[in-house]
Amino acid sequence: MISIKNISKWYGSFQVLAECSTEVAKGEVVVVCGPSGSGKSTLIKCVNALEPFQKGEITVDGIPVGDPKTNLPRLRAKVGMVFQHFELFPHMTVMQNLTLGQVKVLGRSQDEAVHKGTKLLERVGLAAHKDKFPAQLSGGQQQRVAIARALSMDPIAMLFDEPTSALDPEMINEVLDVMVELAKEGMTMMVVTHEMGFARKVARRIIFMDGGRIVEDALKDEFFGTPRSERAQLFLSKILHH
Amino acid sequence: MFSGYDFDVIQRSLPYLFRDGMTFTVTLTLIAMSGGIVFGTLLAMMRLSSFRPLSILSGGYVNLMRSVPLLLVIFWFFFLVPYIGAWVIGAKDPIRVGAFWSAAITFTMFEAAYYCEIMRAGIQSISRGQVWSGYALGLNYWQTMGHVVLPQAFRNMVPVLLTQTIILFQDTSLVYVISATDFLGAASKIANRDYRLVEMYTFVALVYFIISYALSQLVRRVQDRIAVVR
Repeated sequence: MISIKNISKWYGSFQVLAECSTEVAKGEVVVVCGPSGSGKSTLIKCVNALEPFQKGEITVDGIPVGDPKTNLPRLRAKVGMVFQHFELFPHMTVMQNLTLGQVKVLGRSQDEAVHKGTKLLERVGLAAHKDKFPAQLSGGQQQRVAIARALSMDPIAMLFDEPTSALDPEMINEVLDVMVELAKEGMTMMVVTHEMGFARKVARRIIFMDGGRIVEDALKDEFFGTPRSERAQLFLSKILHH
Repeated sequence: MFSGYDFDVIQRSLPYLFRDGMTFTVTLTLIAMSGGIVFGTLLAMMRLSSFRPLSILSGGYVNLMRSVPLLLVIFWFFFLVPYIGAWVIGAKDPIRVGAFWSAAITFTMFEAAYYCEIMRAGIQSISRGQVWSGYALGLNYWQTMGHVVLPQAFRNMVPVLLTQTIILFQDTSLVYVISATDFLGAASKIANRDYRLVEMYTFVALVYFIISYALSQLVRRVQDRIAVVR
């Protein structure tokens, strides 16, 4: 579904990604973790071309992302993305946030879009808030709306960029629950997160990044059992002890 | 103290001052404001474009307009627009452009440079995440701009845009150099005809003050009401 081959990226002379390669198969949940500044957010943004990269190749559903001939809007519409800071549109109601892409990109009618939006809001437990503005919701609620917004496009895969790291602790679970449910339904997911509980529960593979490199790319049990790199062991010991 | 003055001249000329003069001033302000904001927003988008030639072109235009006196630009356009127009439509003789339309084009072009800088700041005030989030939904550049960035940028900048419009409203009085009859021009004609300079110019100053002051109070009210809650 998503194939990343030898991706390198520089900001000026500073290399943020070095020869990263991995794959996410259909229906697979892959968690990307690593210390801050390791390039994991940048990598996931490269997947739907929000960040350009200078070397290597990424294909999504067989379509090359870096090819200038690729119709990027059409490709991005197929890949849902959830951001650390939610990035709901603050000047639109919750329902307008959910219908914008459906109407403008997929060409659905307003009625269809509202119908779909209502179903998704029910699913994330926020149907009662459809006419509110994002600022009137809590962080956890906003992130659930953001997930619903991404799902409104019927994506073939979902990218999560640290979806819970801007949330207050008591709100993390309501967001993770939605994501776990999604994973169990067989959604293809690439998730940048430090939530190792989530990783244990639903991930098939864990990718550990450090200094712009993929240091470890292993099945979940292998990773938590015997991570080979010292750096990954250190990282795990730090985040699992609290 | 006022024995030598005749303030009655104001009352006698009110219909002319407002029906002819003020209508011209207000119409010109509104046209230049709408045109200037639209053109200025396009300039701002060009200036922020990653395609270098576009941003250089727009930057050059804005810097040129901002470093030339308005009065000079009014003259330039008044004498040049007929020739440019003729060149555009391929006519042999310069086309006729009245003082009003000459002024409207001038002020739109000139103010666009200032509105551009305001809108540029407005667009830059919107976080990159908002743009990403629009793109991630599959919106293209124009849709992301039109539905996500510009509505927020515009709302953030309304107070500054209105303040610039108040300045524009005052600046329109410069059209007297091309003998257009705006509010000041109308008053000036009466003043010279009846030799009532002090009375007329005092009245004109008062009217400009009242309108500008009222508008700036309005700006303060608007400022409190429309900010996007985040």
